[in-house]
Formats: sequence, structure tokens, C-alpha cells
Amino acid sequence: MRDLNLEPNIADPDGFYDELIAAHSALSKQESDAFNARLILILANHIGDRAVLRKALEAAK
Amino acid sequence: MAGRYQTAFKLYPYKKVAAQASGKIVRHPVVIVGGGPVGMTLALDLCQRGTPVLVLDDHDGVGLGSRAICFARRTLEIADRLGFGAALLDKGVRWEVGKVFYGADKVFEFNLSPEAGFKAPAFINLQQPYFEKFAVEQIRKEQAEGAPIEIRGCNEVVSVEDRGDYVRLCVDTPDGEYELEADWLIACDGARSPVREMLGLSFDGRVFEDNFLIADVMMKADFPPERWFWFEPAFEGAGQSALLHKQPDDIWRIDFQLGWDIDRKAELEPAKIRARVDAMLGPDAQYDLEWTSIYTFQCRRMEKFRHGSVLFAGDSAHQVSPFGARGANSGVQDAENLAWKLDLVVKGLAPQSLLDSYGEEREHGADENILNSTRATDFLTPKSDMSKIFRNAVLELAGKYAFARTMVNSGRLSVPCVYDGLSLNGDDELEGPHISRVGASCPDAPYDGAFLLDAFNGDFTLLAINAEVPELVEVDGICVNSIRIEKPDDALAVRYLGSQKSAVYLIRPDQHICARWPVYNEAKVRAALNHACGRE
Repeated sequence: MRDLNLEPNIADPDGFYDELIAAHSALSKQESDAFNARLILILANHIGDRAVLRKALEAAK
Repeated sequence: MAGRYQTAFKLYPYKKVAAQASGKIVRHPVVIVGGGPVGMTLALDLCQRGTPVLVLDDHDGVGLGSRAICFARRTLEIADRLGFGAALLDKGVRWEVGKVFYGADKVFEFNLSPEAGFKAPAFINLQQPYFEKFAVEQIRKEQAEGAPIEIRGCNEVVSVEDRGDYVRLCVDTPDGEYELEADWLIACDGARSPVREMLGLSFDGRVFEDNFLIADVMMKADFPPERWFWFEPAFEGAGQSALLHKQPDDIWRIDFQLGWDIDRKAELEPAKIRARVDAMLGPDAQYDLEWTSIYTFQCRRMEKFRHGSVLFAGDSAHQVSPFGARGANSGVQDAENLAWKLDLVVKGLAPQSLLDSYGEEREHGADENILNSTRATDFLTPKSDMSKIFRNAVLELAGKYAFARTMVNSGRLSVPCVYDGLSLNGDDELEGPHISRVGASCPDAPYDGAFLLDAFNGDFTLLAINAEVPELVEVDGICVNSIRIEKPDDALAVRYLGSQKSAVYLIRPDQHICARWPVYNEAKVRAALNHACGRE
């Protein structure tokens, strides 16, 4: 079982943060909520490992 | 006696019996209350095993209205063992394909039977009254051949007194009341179970705040026999979801999810129902309203299905939402689980404690059904804004990406329950396929020009593949039927051998797997059989 990685893992964190915010820039609150939900589902599926996902749910609290 | 409902088929008209005239209180080994799909399946199974059974029903036939319409493969296999599987298949509409829509768009479709080599299809649609009628017709055939079974119509149980090792019943009839006794009383009397009420037993769970409108319509239409399910349908007045599904006799089941705050009476007005149906089918559709109903549902079960001499089966013991076809299908599995155990207990071949395993196994089955049903309901009716946002995100992604389709939940369709890790299970010493592990029901497979399940006769079965076993074993009064297979067909090898060269399976009368080994060992077979019968 893999651990949830909570150490820095994204190269160019500022660049990623920019892209994330930019993806929402033209969206209404409702559209942004829907976008976030789609994004979470896509990322969760990519991770796949239920134990890691459970730890992420915990870490986000 | 006023009937609670109209009957579709009058199958067991009231007849006065001798015990009513004499006033003599007769003791019966097994009394079943309720002649629905569960009660009749159980009665048929018991009488075929030679255990005398009396069925009491408060009507003289089968209730009107299609009600349960989806019968799953496991149910068809059980009916086939009992002799009325072919009648169900002849009348029923086979279907395998389901389509899921979101708004006006088709998101994806699924096929339930990509795998060949089963006698029974994955599902048929058939109105519940037909299921009951065919079961009763089979009972009549058994009766004609002398099977010990009696059905008494218009016999309403009005009081139940648990006297420890038997039960005293008072029964109301058109000729007044009479009393009888039962060593074992099986309540198959539905979700509102009068027997459960009379014994003061609780039935706890979760109520879902939603109303569903059923409109069964009769029309000639060339839609394919597929399950079409809409989330947030685009047609007006359809509510949160809608379903279209074909039944025999040109009847189509249409379901609309109406929400919680509705005026039931107004919603049942034919003109209002027709407006909804017109919006769905188009203004030119020609149809008649055959049966309409509004239902709400709950997911709940009794804490224990056995209370001494009284056992509960089907909706009287557990209730789920209809999504997934887990009501009647699980009730029929209750019946087959109970039949062989009760038969052995009545014949003195197994201790009464074997009946506790009925509770253990079927409570497990009910929990599985309630879990699936609750999850489906939460997907259909999101309980918060965020839950709805995620639900719709899943539906949007499902149109594009395969992963999201697995999350779309319009009901997880009934599959046979597996008794993983439960008390009656024996050795699993074969590193064989997962599908045929100990606790699972036997997967069917082509065999000897027919199918494997055809070769099982209702006794315990010793199935040997590329292994030697004795012709017939009898273990302390209990028969074991042996089947030896050399060079199995591909599907049978995949389902029972996997990577192994040989296998020996001990299979219960209800076709669930007790134990399995690579080779025959008499001591182990005897031990597993005795264990499965509660004889240690």
C-alpha cells in the first residue's frame, strides 16, 4: 500500500497554481463547482488506490 | 372478509376444510403465511422434498398489478430447479442492454450478458402475477402426483401465539374463525407483515423522502426490449429521473421520480399521468394506462429473521428500494436457503440450530441489498447541493470517459449473494476461480449437451472434475449425488478449475458451494457436509 504524498511533489508549484486558478477564471460559481467536482473525480480515478484516497479525504479535513 | 386488493388470477378459491367443521385443532409441520413469490417458491421446494406444507393466503389468488417485474438469473435458476423455469422464460421478455441518458443525451449503454454459457439469461421482465401463477401451476402438478401440499385461500391469520416449540394460529375465513397449530411458521406476508405486527417485532431502517409514479401502459411500440433510464429527463413533468422497460403482453413499465412534496391524489389522475407519458413518448403515441401506482420506499430489515419457531422471509423480513431488482429476487433466495434446512430439521436429520444459519446468511444478503439500494438511491436523489454537483459531474464525465461510467448508479442489478466467511462454510483448499469460491452459488456452464445446473437434483452434490469420487455417498441419512466430469468444456473449466488440474466440490442443496478440494478425501467430505447441516 502506497502512502499519500504530502511532501512537495509538483515541479513549478507557482505555475501549477496559476493554471488551476486560470481554469476557473471565466466560470460562474456554479460552473466552478461543477469543474472542481469533475477534476476531483478525474484525479481520484488516476490515483485509484482506495487507501491513498481515504488518507487524502482525511488530510483535506 | 374484505380483500385488500383485487386479484389478477383466482388460483385458490376458498373451500371449507374439515378442521373448521370439527373444531379439532390440527398441528402442521410447516405453515407458510402469504402466497406471494416467496411463499409459493418455499412451499414448492418443501413439498418436492416431501415435507408437508400448508400455505395460508388471505385472498383467493394473485394480486392485480405488475409490481415486481425484473427476475434475475439466480431466480430463474431456482425456478428451473423447481420445475417452472421454462414457463417463466417462455412468457418473459429477455433483456440484456441498458441505456443511460442524462437530459436529452445518451451517456452510455451496458450489456449484462457478454459472457456465454449460462442456461438462464441475465434477466427477464415479467409481471409478478405470472410468476405466482406459474409457481402455483407447478404446485398443482406436484399435488396431482401426491406431494404433501395444501393452499387455503381466503384464510387470514388474525392471531399468532408463540408457544415455545410450536405456534397456535387463529385464522379467519368466510365461514368464521378456526384454530390450527404449526411446528414451524414461515411469514412470507410482505412488507407490512401482519405476523410480524402480531408478534410485536420491530422493522427498522431508513425512509427515503421521495415518491415514484409507476405507469404501466399498453401499447404497440417498436422500442427495443432494453432498460432505458434517464437522469434529469428533458421531457416535461418527468421529475428527477425516469425509466422505460418492456414487459410481456405489450406492457411497458414507466417510472417517474416525483419528489417528496406532492399531492398523491392529483398525481394519480389519469389526465395528469397521460400528460407525463405523452411528454415522454411523443404526442402521437397510442396507449392505454394498464396499472398506475405511487410508491415511497424504505430500506430496512428485521434484526433477526428467526424468532424461535417463527421465521421471516422476503419483504416481511427486509425491504429495499426497487432499484436493482433486489426485492423479489432476494426473497426467492431466502426461500431456497430456508427450504432444504427446514426440510432436514423437520425430518430430524439436522438440529434446529441449522435454522439460525438461515438468519445469518440471509441477514447478510439483506445487508448487501440494503447497501446497494441505499447507494443507488443516494445517487438518484442527491441529499445535498454538493452531492448533486458530484452526481452530475459523474454523469457529464460518463459520456466521455469509461472510468466515470462505473460510478453511474441507476440501481446495481441483483446478482446472487455470496456467503463469504459465514458459519456453514467448509474448507477452501483449491486455489480455484474466485467465482466458484466457498459460499458462492454455482455458476452455470455448458455440460453434457445441456447445462451443469440441470444435473443437480436438489440433494447435496459432489462435483468432481478430472478426479475420482464414489458413485453415491450417503452421509448419516443425507443423500449425496455425485457428478463426475472428464475433459470439461472451456466455460466449465474456466469457472471451476481455473489453473488447477482437478477439483472436487461439495455443493449444498441450494447450489451454494460448501467446500472444495483438489482431490477427493472422504473424511473431509463427510466433515464438510455434517458441518453444513449443523451436525458437529
